[in-house]
Amino acid sequence: MTEAALLPLAVAIPLLGAALLAVAGRTLPRTGCDILATASATAEVVCLALLWPHSRHLATADLGGWPARLGIVLAADPIGAGLALLVAVLVLAVVVYSWRYFDEPAGEHAGAFPALILLFEAGMAGFALTGDLFDAFVFFELMGAAAYALTGYRIEDPRPLHGALAFGIVTSFAAYCSLFGIGMLYARTGELNLARLGLRLSSHPADVLTVVAFALICTALLVKAAAVPFHFWLPDAHAVAPTPVCMLMSGVMVELGVYGVGRVYWTVFSGPGGIPPHAFRTAFTALGVLTALLGALMCWQQRHLKRLLAFSTVSHVGLFLIGVALLTPSGVTGTAVYVAAHGCVKAALFALTGVLLDRYGSVDEHGLHGRARELRPVGVLFLTGALALAGLPPFGTGLGKALGEDAAGHWQPWLLPAVFVTASAVTGAAALRAGLRVFFGTGPVPHSRPGEEETTGEGEEPEIRSPERSLPLPMTVVPAVLLALAVLIGCLPAVAAALARAASVFTDPARYAAAVLAVPGTPPAAASTPAAGWTVAGVLLGLLSTVLAAALATAAVHHRGPSLSTRHWTVRAVRTLRRLHSGHLGDYLAWLALGLVTLCVALVTQI
Amino acid sequence: MGTWPYLAAGWVLLVALYGLVTSRNLIHAIGCLAVAQSSTYLLLLAVGYRRGATAPVYSDLTPGTRPVVDPVVQALALTDVVVGATVTALLLALTIQLRKRHRTVDPQALTGLKG
Repeated sequence: MTEAALLPLAVAIPLLGAALLAVAGRTLPRTGCDILATASATAEVVCLALLWPHSRHLATADLGGWPARLGIVLAADPIGAGLALLVAVLVLAVVVYSWRYFDEPAGEHAGAFPALILLFEAGMAGFALTGDLFDAFVFFELMGAAAYALTGYRIEDPRPLHGALAFGIVTSFAAYCSLFGIGMLYARTGELNLARLGLRLSSHPADVLTVVAFALICTALLVKAAAVPFHFWLPDAHAVAPTPVCMLMSGVMVELGVYGVGRVYWTVFSGPGGIPPHAFRTAFTALGVLTALLGALMCWQQRHLKRLLAFSTVSHVGLFLIGVALLTPSGVTGTAVYVAAHGCVKAALFALTGVLLDRYGSVDEHGLHGRARELRPVGVLFLTGALALAGLPPFGTGLGKALGEDAAGHWQPWLLPAVFVTASAVTGAAALRAGLRVFFGTGPVPHSRPGEEETTGEGEEPEIRSPERSLPLPMTVVPAVLLALAVLIGCLPAVAAALARAASVFTDPARYAAAVLAVPGTPPAAASTPAAGWTVAGVLLGLLSTVLAAALATAAVHHRGPSLSTRHWTVRAVRTLRRLHSGHLGDYLAWLALGLVTLCVALVTQI
Repeated sequence: MGTWPYLAAGWVLLVALYGLVTSRNLIHAIGCLAVAQSSTYLLLLAVGYRRGATAPVYSDLTPGTRPVVDPVVQALALTDVVVGATVTALLLALTIQLRKRHRTVDPQALTGLKG
């Protein structure tokens, strides 16, 4: 099939599947719904796998037969198509994982959950493949609406509703800010097509309007990406969403925000009339460093396993942002490899946490101390995932981290690689600590900390209420397969090499414009493809962060830690930070506004 | 019209932000979200406005005889309305369910998630 047919199909297949499930779910038995959902998810994987080779030279489809200067285009470059493929693979994993999920609310609504998952998939695939700024907003809201509904899926319990409302209101407000920015940009240029926007903007010197429009558009993307201080919704939503939904949100939805920032910057704002590269690099690297360090610190503090994994996602997003902010093909290569492997590893870790929720109705690291000893294979998988999170070679996370460190080291030789090692070591250590305590009962039972601002993770509603049954096979097979995929990403040199070629296309706006606007003549050859293999330094740094993670986790499990008085400044600083995560909607929006103003000021002062 | 509609749109967005930050009622907060969205309608329509132009409907108009306002922003505003209606309906449904289960619509009374 040709690319002009495959591109719209990539959005249409999950939409059709969702519509079919919503209708047929009323009459079909549960197994029928599962088959239909799995078939749609598989068809989407096949469609995107067929699209992937076409995307090497940028596949485009003019919708409705209108040329790009009038109509709306879908455009797949290898990074966008690759992300859509990651979405499809994770959705397939989630659909298989949740075959036997939600046993009891079947009846008329057996198709509702997979239908919402497919709708979510359509939004994410569309966002990754669109070549039009307004369409990006529409797909953003489609994936948002599906995600809010999925987060609040367990409507019997007040906490999911709370998490879903905070998530929905914060993200939607940010999306309207973004639309405001799109309107300003349209007023300036009269275009919505990304490539044409970039061309038009080049003929006008950069001014405050361009910068404010860019900052507004970035607001929604940074909220989705959960960059500090736009991240507050994420741990709340992850703590309460059903486990399969967490797998998707942490695995790939959050990363789409980072992709959006990169896509919009390169296609629209990287020219002479946009944001100067040094301004973007400084502002977004600072944002990335802040996100990586704060995420790691908060991750270490958690005892609610899903919140712990959520903050580790925040921390890793910081590293992804740094990779993109370097504005080099090698930085994007590192982020691309890291995102692909991290998506698999994080989804696997959430899937294994779902097993705990299923067995014990709790995700509390302290309350579950030693209780899951009988689940030895699950425990081994969890520790493997934690080590992968810390960047252990030969996992793809280790390769992505090594490539990112190498690329960042060219600009800031010590600071940025240190941030990479710290963030991955601390988040990996937190997951290792939790795994050792819960599955192996290592060390003494931790003291509870009464009076602290924290979410414990006790008294969760088990998501599957039939405790007599044995553990469904997909719930352990799916995470094992995902971890194996993460190893493959690190081991197969072809994967990293393909992503390196993808990165050199992604960072070449002239080539994107030539392909989307169908300019006759051969597009200029891409700049040199960055190297994307293991190096000695990369392996050593990966081992270093793994050893650090293991040491930290062992120390935390066996010792009580230095007994600082509650008035020590570090203790007070951490307590203040935790208080900021108050769960209050108003606070979150105030932080959003502060972040937006800071971003505007940081960029305006540098043009 | 000059810059006034743009300033008004910006002002409406700020008003909505103030309402959202200080809100003690989720229904009110979702209303503020709708206000934030209205600022985008205002901006989009101001962008496409032309003095003395008419609606871009060619059923009763010979093309080229009269100036028309920009049809693109009208399509955008219409799409925006649909998107906003979906999100608002979903959030209101969640709020109703919250009121049923938790007996409150005050966001500050929700303390299940923190730290």
